[in-house]
Amino acid sequence: MTVDQPKYKTSDEVDFVIVGSGAAGGILAKELSTNGFRVVVLEQGPYLTEADFTHNEIEIFAQDKLTNHPKLQPTSFRKTPDERAKAQRALMYGRCVGGTSVHFTANFWRFHEIDFIERSKVGPIPGANLVDWPVTYADLEPYYTKVEWEIGVSGLAGSSPFDPPRSKPYPMPPLPVKSSGVLFERAARKLGWHPFPAPMAILSQARPGRSACVQCGYCLGFGCEVGAKSSSLVAAIRVAERTGRCEIRPNSYVHRIETDANGRAVGAVYFDEKRNTHLQKAKAVVVCANGAETPRLLLLSKNKQFPNGLANSSGVVGKNLMFNTYSSVTGVYEHPLNDYKGYCVSRVLHDFYELDHHKVGFYGGGGLDARYEWTPVSFAFGGMPPETLHWGKDFKATLAHNFSRTMEVSTHGTSLPVENNSFSLDPDLKDAWGLPGLCLTYKDHPDDLKLTNWLLERAHEVHEAAGAVKKWSFPAQEQQFGVHLLGTCRMGNDPKTSVINPDHRTHDVKNLFLCDGSSLVTSGRGQPTMTIMALAFRAADRITALAKRGEIGA
Amino acid sequence: MDPSLSRRRFLAQGAGGLSAVWVSAHWPGLLAAATHAHHAAQSAAPPKFEFFTAEEAKEIEAICARIIPSDDTPGAREAGVVFFIDRGLATFGVDDQKTYREGLPELQARVTEMFSGFAKFSALTPEQQDQVLHSFDEPAEPGKAARPAARNLRRRPGAQNFFETLRQHTIVGFLIDPDYGGNRDGAGWKVVGRDREHTFQPPFGYYDKDYPGWESAAKEAEKK
Repeated sequence: MTVDQPKYKTSDEVDFVIVGSGAAGGILAKELSTNGFRVVVLEQGPYLTEADFTHNEIEIFAQDKLTNHPKLQPTSFRKTPDERAKAQRALMYGRCVGGTSVHFTANFWRFHEIDFIERSKVGPIPGANLVDWPVTYADLEPYYTKVEWEIGVSGLAGSSPFDPPRSKPYPMPPLPVKSSGVLFERAARKLGWHPFPAPMAILSQARPGRSACVQCGYCLGFGCEVGAKSSSLVAAIRVAERTGRCEIRPNSYVHRIETDANGRAVGAVYFDEKRNTHLQKAKAVVVCANGAETPRLLLLSKNKQFPNGLANSSGVVGKNLMFNTYSSVTGVYEHPLNDYKGYCVSRVLHDFYELDHHKVGFYGGGGLDARYEWTPVSFAFGGMPPETLHWGKDFKATLAHNFSRTMEVSTHGTSLPVENNSFSLDPDLKDAWGLPGLCLTYKDHPDDLKLTNWLLERAHEVHEAAGAVKKWSFPAQEQQFGVHLLGTCRMGNDPKTSVINPDHRTHDVKNLFLCDGSSLVTSGRGQPTMTIMALAFRAADRITALAKRGEIGA
Repeated sequence: MDPSLSRRRFLAQGAGGLSAVWVSAHWPGLLAAATHAHHAAQSAAPPKFEFFTAEEAKEIEAICARIIPSDDTPGAREAGVVFFIDRGLATFGVDDQKTYREGLPELQARVTEMFSGFAKFSALTPEQQDQVLHSFDEPAEPGKAARPAARNLRRRPGAQNFFETLRQHTIVGFLIDPDYGGNRDGAGWKVVGRDREHTFQPPFGYYDKDYPGWESAAKEAEKK
């Protein structure tokens, strides 16, 4: 929190109210305020900073200090729309200023050309609602570069033969390789594949006010104590605050977009910390609440004029949800890797990014990486060989031997958009504020599971070539829980089949914009945050142009 | 046993699309142990329990000491796990109080059932103690009969649930960052070989210490 922040009155009609301060909301706040607009960001979670970030596993895993809270915000799950949903934790996202970018692992792969034009290239896929994006990789390339330079991404241009074209190298070199990375690199080369240094949104060189990575080993799930992780909190929000035109208002839970008789958005209605209701007025509303909460907010905002929910004349709000597929093979080696030291991932390969579906018999593609994302406690619960009895002498001996000698080879891949896969409002569940909770409906497309099993075999080959003493994995299973929340308000040119146009403007409400994981048309190969940030930079340009032409303000 | 506490299911879900960390987070009660045990755990003064009676504490510690036994290296006892759990149950882990209050007598009933004449877990030999705890192990395969030791014994779901909860709390108390209570003197980290430093520098481990650098490694690979 800075002293420079303006304090707008809710009755002040600011230029933009932004709902959510994560990967997209933070970037839009920075860009729009830098471009001269008056901006209020409403964030449902608290405003935490480096001083609040710790290595306390209890706070993170048991108390959800940085994430949505299952007791306050209950959710439900069902596989298909004809099933009755049962209450269970169905999703996780960052609930603090900076959103999920505060606690994520920070893998920052660009999407490739194929991700935007896959439907044209492979044709229709039964059971999937695959379409091309209305924008191409070339349209987004300048914004990927902007992300890398403005927020700080480390990596090595040209190190992967499968990389899409880029206009500029990375602004800083890759982070130091880990033992898992060396094993992965050597093994993959032996197999004739092309490993390369992982592009990470973690600083390898210091920037003003931010330290280079100190290799503490607590990335996934934790906030960075030294500002090395390029969250929107440290890399964007602080720039926005320094403009003197942007107010970050934490503990502000938006639950309705208010519209007027002309069908225009007039502002965002939210609960403050004491559960008092306010309407923040604005000339335009930008929703960046994530791929679950953005569709939920539109559905919660239904009124006489918009009976299916706001901006939902197409009926696709909340649908075509994609989680990405993920799996891993765990391996144990002869000597200590000590991979608990340092960031999670140092080597990646993209040889299987574009698989020939005629050859493999299924659609999709993905990447592999070498990683270690356990803390000591989570390792004891999730990193041990499955046959180890979970207490006693052998448990202790295995724990003592394996903790420093284990690594994972993980697979990351496509999820096909399936219309039934969705977030909707649960008719029975209520959150702590009395609002309908989210219902997840999800059943992986069969090709997603085939792809995951195919990639798992490649991951086994890596461990084998690397000389693992022992390795194990589990077959791909249908997912019931998501952290990559993608595709639920997809972008498109046709108002009948999409929610936003290529400017991120909703087809139905002229001064309502959506930008976050919900905007994605395809899932990419597993690392969506960079694309979400690139879209946010681009959306800011488009929205600024519209505003300057007088096409937004009342 | 509460299926949400099943390790098998935990691993299966982990393989089904979630990393271990996310599954941990997904697992209610997993880490609902305690923090703030720092001072209690590290204090040299005679221990004062907040939730347990001295007698209960002795029993809990005896069980913890079989979950992570002391051998050539420290175990749950040396790591002060019982203090960590006690402090946790007295602070925000109050939801688990009932599990302990009701489960411990149930477990003691199993002791008497298996070894007549004995009323306390702590009075058994380590081998006998392990037999009692093994009687709560899951069946090897879903659907198959329980392991022999558990045959002919009364079902004791309260004790089963208690043991699983205590197992989780013991592991957390043994391995958590010592700054947040438990893991006295970093005993657990010593056992698993985790250096106590807060930050690290490369080389990290055995396999990266002779890494020649990306360029050289790529050239070497080309030569082959």
